[in-house]
Amino acid sequence: MHELSIAMSIVEMAQEEAAQRGCQIEAVHLKLGALSGVVKDALLSSYEIASSDTPLMGSRLIIEEIPVVVFCRTCQAERPLSSIQLFCCDKCGTPTAEIVRGKELEVVALEMAS
Amino acid sequence: MSEPRMIEVRQNVLKHNDTIARSLRHRFRDAGVFVVSLVSSPGSGKTAFLERTLTMLQPQYRVAALVGDLATDNDAERLARSQAPVRQITTGTLCHLEAAMVEKALDGWNLAELDFLFVENVGNLVCPSSYDLGEDLRLVLISVTEGEDKPLKYPTIFNSADVAIVTKIDLASAVEFDWQAAHANIQAVRPGMPVYRLSAKSGEGMQEYFRYLAGCMAECYPRAGT
Repeated sequence: MHELSIAMSIVEMAQEEAAQRGCQIEAVHLKLGALSGVVKDALLSSYEIASSDTPLMGSRLIIEEIPVVVFCRTCQAERPLSSIQLFCCDKCGTPTAEIVRGKELEVVALEMAS
Repeated sequence: MSEPRMIEVRQNVLKHNDTIARSLRHRFRDAGVFVVSLVSSPGSGKTAFLERTLTMLQPQYRVAALVGDLATDNDAERLARSQAPVRQITTGTLCHLEAAMVEKALDGWNLAELDFLFVENVGNLVCPSSYDLGEDLRLVLISVTEGEDKPLKYPTIFNSADVAIVTKIDLASAVEFDWQAAHANIQAVRPGMPVYRLSAKSGEGMQEYFRYLAGCMAECYPRAGT
């Protein structure tokens, strides 16, 4: 359960931005890859704890889940993974370990109160 | 002016950890030390494996270890029997090592006096996957007593590691371990991943793994050693 320390990093990062711009944050938008090692529900409840008693209290964490996309050398194309337990091209079946997307753990945008 | 304003940020949440990991990697490279980290679930035999590794590598190489543990220094004491320099990182309740902890634990160590540095993570197959420690090679260990489907249950950690080590193979027949199935499961979640099977107790398979380590080190430092 490392989601709490991740949530605290998110709050810290957003707080710095808010202080710099002198405004109130309403929501934090996050990209979360299926291979990030972070569980969405645990992160959401951790965010509530991490943001309480900070200027971000009451703000929302909006998570966009990013599925894993791999590169298939046979097809020379990016392919979505049909299962995280089977790393192969969903068209031709070639095994591949080349991960194009799915490891994201990234704050992409902040929503400020106007 | 009632529309909320969106401000693009695009910042990696673990930026702070990644920055320290990067600086550690530079430091390791300057010192000429090859750094290997170990992740596994609790009880997979990480410490026995590491003790054997330190003991067997020592005639030829200068080795040291950092060992992460939640509360005790039992592991560090066990590893100290190998006569190699060992330092403990007590994480308290934290379930994983972070780059800053490694950096702090290295304080005062002359890395240039080492060939290999091993970093044993806290026993956990989930949390350590998110954190880069600046290592050159990450080993994920699974023991035959854990069953063949560990890779399918923890694909994320297998995708953060470079090589898989199947430990305790001296117990394989007693627990009816299916090597083919285990190997297939590892390849399913991480195609092409090198896999070594060994027993730290009997020593079986250790030499093949040492040859692999030496090869990785030679690739990293082409002119060092022979």
